[in-house]
Parts: sequence; C-alpha cells; structure tokens
Amino acid sequence: MTDAPPKIRIRDLHKSFGSKKVLDGVTLDVAQGTSCVIIGGSGSGKSVLLRCLLGLMTPDSGVIEIDGENILSAPASRRERLRGEIGMLFQNAALFDSLPVWENVTFGLLARKHLSRRNARTHAGEILTQVGLDPSVGDLYPAELSGGMQKRVGLARAIAARPDMLFFDEPTTGLDPIMGAVIDGLIVNCVKTLGSTAIAITHDMASAQRIGDQAAMLYQGRLIWQGAASTLMESGNPYVDQFTHGRREGPITMELRR
Amino acid sequence: MDMALDLVAGIGRATLSLLRATGAIALFALSGLSHIVRPPFYGRVFWGSFLETGFFSLPVVALTALFSGGVIALQSYTGFAQYHAQSAIAGIVVLAVTRELGPVLAGLMVAGRVGAAMAAQIGTMRVTDQIDALDTLSTNPMKYLVAPRLLAGLVALPLLVLIADVLGVAGGFLVAVVKLDFSATAYITATLNALKAEDVTVGLVKAALFGFLITLMGCYHGYNSKGGAEGVGSATTSAVVAASILLLAFDYLITDLFFSH
Ligand SMILES: Nc1ncnc2c1ncn2[C@@H]1O[C@H](COP(=O)(O)OP(=O)(O)OP(=O)(O)O)[C@@H](O)[C@H]1O
Ligand SMILES: [Mg+2]
Repeated sequence: MTDAPPKIRIRDLHKSFGSKKVLDGVTLDVAQGTSCVIIGGSGSGKSVLLRCLLGLMTPDSGVIEIDGENILSAPASRRERLRGEIGMLFQNAALFDSLPVWENVTFGLLARKHLSRRNARTHAGEILTQVGLDPSVGDLYPAELSGGMQKRVGLARAIAARPDMLFFDEPTTGLDPIMGAVIDGLIVNCVKTLGSTAIAITHDMASAQRIGDQAAMLYQGRLIWQGAASTLMESGNPYVDQFTHGRREGPITMELRR
Repeated sequence: MDMALDLVAGIGRATLSLLRATGAIALFALSGLSHIVRPPFYGRVFWGSFLETGFFSLPVVALTALFSGGVIALQSYTGFAQYHAQSAIAGIVVLAVTRELGPVLAGLMVAGRVGAAMAAQIGTMRVTDQIDALDTLSTNPMKYLVAPRLLAGLVALPLLVLIADVLGVAGGFLVAVVKLDFSATAYITATLNALKAEDVTVGLVKAALFGFLITLMGCYHGYNSKGGAEGVGSATTSAVVAASILLLAFDYLITDLFFSH
C-alpha cells in the first residue's frame, strides 16, 4: 500500500452483450511491478475484462486508467501507442498461422523496428529457449505444434518486447504440471526483473499462488473478493472457498440451481 | 391492411439494412485505401497476395479466355455465315473479348478463387483472435491485412486481363483458322483493323475496378466474420456472391458511361 498511483486503475467498469450483463461494476487497482491473478468461473467475463483493458472492446461505462491516464477517452493514436506497451497471451494463443514460429515470436519487435530481419531468427531462438522450447522449433509453423507448445510460443511472443504490462489469459492451461511450474517461474521472473505489471487469468490455484501477489475473484460481473494471493485457499469468503476448493456444495452451486 | 403495413415495414427494414451495409463497406474501403498510401508498407504481404491473385490465377483465366474467344467465333459464324463472315467474325471476337469477356470472365474467376480464399483466411484470423493479436503487436490490421490485398487486386487484375485479351483473341483465331478454314493472314489483318486502343483501355480500367471490388469483398466479409467455422464459411460465400453481383453491376455502369453514346 503506497501513495504512488496504481499502474492500472479500473473503476466501475460495465459491459453488456445485448441484455446479458457480463461486467457489472468491476473495480480494481494493480500497483506497478506487481502481479494480480483473476479467478472466476467459466464464462464469468475474465477474458472480456482483459479485452477491455487492451482496448479491443469498448466498455459501456467506467474508467480505465494506466499511469493515471484515462485510456477510454484518449485519442486513438495514443491508445495504439499504449497497446504497444502491453504483451498479451491470448487464451487460444492466437498465433499467426501463415508465419513460421520465429516470425511469430519476433513479430512485435520487427513491427517496431527494434530488430532487423537478419538477426530475428537467432533472437527468436533465445526467447524460445526461455519458454522451454528448442530453438529449432522456430522453423515450424503453428499448425505443426501441440497445444501446449503453441501456448509457450504465444508466451514467447508476449514477452519478446519486454513490455511494461503483461496480460496472460490462462497461461498454463494445457501444459503438463512441470512445464506449468516453469512457465509460472518465467512470469514471476518477468515481473521481478523487468518490473512489469502483470494480470493473469487462471483456473489453476497452485499456479495462482505462485504467480500472484494479489488475487481477485470475478463473480456475476463483479470482483467479489480481493486479497493477497497467498490467502486464496483460506480467504474466509464462502464463494471463494467453494471455488478454490472445487466443492460442489456451496453458495455458487445453490444459485446455479435456482 | 395489416399485411400491407407488414410488407411496407419489411421493405423499410431491408432498405435500412442495405444502406447500413453499403455505408459500412464504403467506410471500410476508404480506410483500406488510405492505408495503401500511408507508411509503413508491407511489401511481403503485398507480394504474396499479388502472386496469389495474379500469377496463380493465370491457368484458370487463360483457359477461360481461350475457350470463350473460340465460342464467340463459332457463334458469330453461324449468325454471319451468309454474309461476308471473314472480317466480321474477327471484329466481333476482338470487340467482345477486349470490352467485355476479358475483364468480366477473368473477374468472375478471380472472385471465385481469390475472393473466397481471402475471406476464409482473414475470417479465420478474426475468429481465432489473430486480428486482435496484430493490434497488440503494434500492427494495424487494416494496414497489414487489408491494404496490401486491395492493392494486389488493383494491380494484378489489369495484368491478368491483358493476358486474357490476347488469349481470347487467340482462341477466336484458332477456331476461325483450324475449324472454319479462314485465311490466317486475312483474319489477323481484320483483327488488327478492329482493335481499338479505347476498347482495351476501358477493359483494363474495368479490370482494375473489379480487382478492387473482389479483394474488398473478400477482406470486408472476412474481417467482419464471427461465430467460428460456420461464420467463416458464410463470410466466404457472401464474399463471392457480393463480388460477382457488384462486378456485373459496375460492368454495366462503366459500359453505359463509355460506350452508350
Ligand atoms: N463478442 C461477444 N459477443 C457476445 N457475447 C460475448 C462476447 N464475448 C464474450 N461474450 C460473453 O461474455 C461472457 C464472458 O465471456 P469470457 O470469454 O470473458 O468468459 P471467461 O471468464 O473468459 O471464461 P473462460 O474461463 O471459459 O475462458 C460469456 O457468457 C460470453 O458468452
Ligand atoms: Mg476466457
């Protein structure tokens, strides 16, 4: 708890699709250089929240500030520039299937001319090694990779430019437990060494505790609980407890049945 | 009474949605065009689309042109046989091929091949979040995906049609000389006499416009597709149907503009 303005500040964010309210007043602060994990049931709007932060979706109302600047009212060019400071891992990796892996990984660097095409292949190999892939994978096409490998290439692409902010949509889903732990370590490393601010969505409680400083649970369009990630398993909140322990009985099931 | 009102309301709704779609497509086209002239330029993407649109369409377009030139020669022979067929047939083939058949048939072939492929490719990128990923990697998807394809259509179609013109006339020549026993030199002389620069030029202008329309429809429908594989499928269909209809409508408009007086 410091006096510096949070890196990311979200206030009363609303987003509906037709009559379906997905976000119904989300409020969240993420401090510079910390990471926040968001948990919540399938379809609760976690991915929608990240899309709003990225500016890929426009919320119906609310405020999103980055470094104290309201990005929703910023001009398009400014928002485009801000988006360049964010590395994003999409839930389904979203690799460019017409390009080889090495070009996927270095795409952002090449686009910003931070790298010449000549050096890109070698550089991609270095980043691939960081996410536990052999540099030779760089010459394959995304369709030739397993789901877990695609995820890791997506992660490599997200961190390649060493961005200021990192968003991960289920970074470890589809990975074996050991690789999951390796990726978690990598994410923590990015936050620690690069000083990046991270938001991660996950369904894996062990991973949530490894990655997160803070944690929050999204339920029925609101963040119904926020606290230290280490207290996730003993939050004292009946909704969170049921969710993290995967119990069938509890307030969440009851409401689904009604 | 009620039915009449329903009918009017239905027509009104259809008109409104048509206007909305037209507006959306016009804005999309303007945005695409504006990105063609502003850097950065993606030469690699342009070259890929150019090869796909121009080079790999060559066999289909060549065969189409060859056969339709031949058909015109045959058909006009049956109509003109009594009179002085020789010179008339050569003239009709040249006129029909350069003014209409070259651009229209090449356009329709490319719409089926390339328009569909573009809609499917961009549509897949949309539904698998690849277009959103471009946005997060400091790359404007309109500039990276759409502008190079529009430019490729604009440049490739006239070149294709130039080749189609030559092959269409050659098709007519083959039929006239081999099947109808005309003299080759007389046919060529008649062809050259009938060949007008204006016809060829207007045909090429048509081709450029068609190339733009085809790639525009492919990109627009792909870019706005939603709903998984099914959405991509219907985007592909819409792209081909819309491109074909627009192509024929604009063909009429241009013909009216240049040749009707
Ligand atoms: N573009 C869209 N149009 C309409 N509805 C949408 C759209 N995107 C998301 N939704 C709806 O918003 C809700 C939340 O979706 P979201 O993808 O954010 O879920 P999630 O929390 O990420 O779930 P999961 O853990 O399964 O990924 C869903 O009910 C979904 O149907
Ligand atoms: Mg999701």
